[in-house]
Amino acid sequence: MNHLLRQHAPITESGWALLDGEATQRLTPALGARRLIDFRGPHGWEHSATNLGRTEPVAASVQEGVAAVRRRVLTLAELRADFSVSVEELRDHERGALDVDLSSLDDAAHRIAVAENVAVFHGWAQADITGIVAASPYEQRPLGEEPDGYPRAVAGAVELLLSNGVGGPYGMALGREQYRRVVETAEHGGHLLLDHLRKILDGPIVWAPGVDGAVVLSLRGGDFIYDCGQDLSIGYRRHDDEVVQLYIEESFSFVVASADAAVALTA
Amino acid sequence: MGFDQYHEPAHELPAKTRTFARMCASLTEEAEAIGWYEQRLAVETDADALAIMRDAQGEEFKHFSMDLEFLLRRTPLWREIARGILFQSGDIVEHGEASEARATGESESGDEDASDDRSGSLGIGGDAGSVR
Repeated sequence: MNHLLRQHAPITESGWALLDGEATQRLTPALGARRLIDFRGPHGWEHSATNLGRTEPVAASVQEGVAAVRRRVLTLAELRADFSVSVEELRDHERGALDVDLSSLDDAAHRIAVAENVAVFHGWAQADITGIVAASPYEQRPLGEEPDGYPRAVAGAVELLLSNGVGGPYGMALGREQYRRVVETAEHGGHLLLDHLRKILDGPIVWAPGVDGAVVLSLRGGDFIYDCGQDLSIGYRRHDDEVVQLYIEESFSFVVASADAAVALTA
Repeated sequence: MGFDQYHEPAHELPAKTRTFARMCASLTEEAEAIGWYEQRLAVETDADALAIMRDAQGEEFKHFSMDLEFLLRRTPLWREIARGILFQSGDIVEHGEASEARATGESESGDEDASDDRSGSLGIGGDAGSVR
């Protein structure tokens, strides 16, 4: 048994399969950031820090005539979203119920996926994570309210990356509102805006709830590193006669290796 | 070669599974090549030929290791079990049984009720996101 303590939960194998399946189904589409950055790991729960390959001075050495520096690392942060499942609902699942109420799990999955997207794109200062948007050296450009203007803004971002020597293909993360506008819009002649933007990028367009506006970034690799300790997992907290308290958890750090490989487009 | 690494219709398989199957096939091919080189080396007498084949066999082993690492990254429970087997000294079979028991939460004798057959990870990894 590991630290998730799953064996202590009053949940059958079939119940765990239901919960794991539902969580995977809810998490997968919302984890937009992972589609566009380098995912390293999972290295396991005991993985605590990402090597930065850098040092910092140590004020005083232990011995005169001996220089000293100290390695710098980026410690991993843990995200955890609690949820609960009714014992009665789990019993009904065993009886064959198809409409088991897992709304609390669904909410938790969405919360933690948004938190991950926000940390990657907009940063998480308390965890020493600098987001892609804040790291980008370019002035933020407006995406605009009208989807008709999106191709010009996205082409401008791609050209900016090219002119700075950042090759493609490129991908784009879109916030919820911007994504909705893209998929619902047809341009003159009936061509889908989605197809037009994909051609400009030569890469994917990703729904990334939590992103404010849009971010165009290179997918050449090595620019944005998501270092995963424990990948998203469900663990057990406690239970009583009526409710099982569980959580979704992950540990990770995020490092921007090439800040100039992304351009933020404001909403 | 054709598409014989698939045992189910390829168009019914998700991309993730097709990739997994390709890497399994690649792992098999690397292992076969390692075995073939071992046999050739056993009978070859020319020193230059031996040196080249030793080098080639080393390359195959490197590829084998990379394939294995890829597969383990996508199977968190296997990875946890492998962690207790690989690069350990002592009895390999014992390590295998003990590592499996630790990873799955079963007692080594197998008499404990295994209410969970995985490490708990959902195994999502980098293969996520709604992409258009």
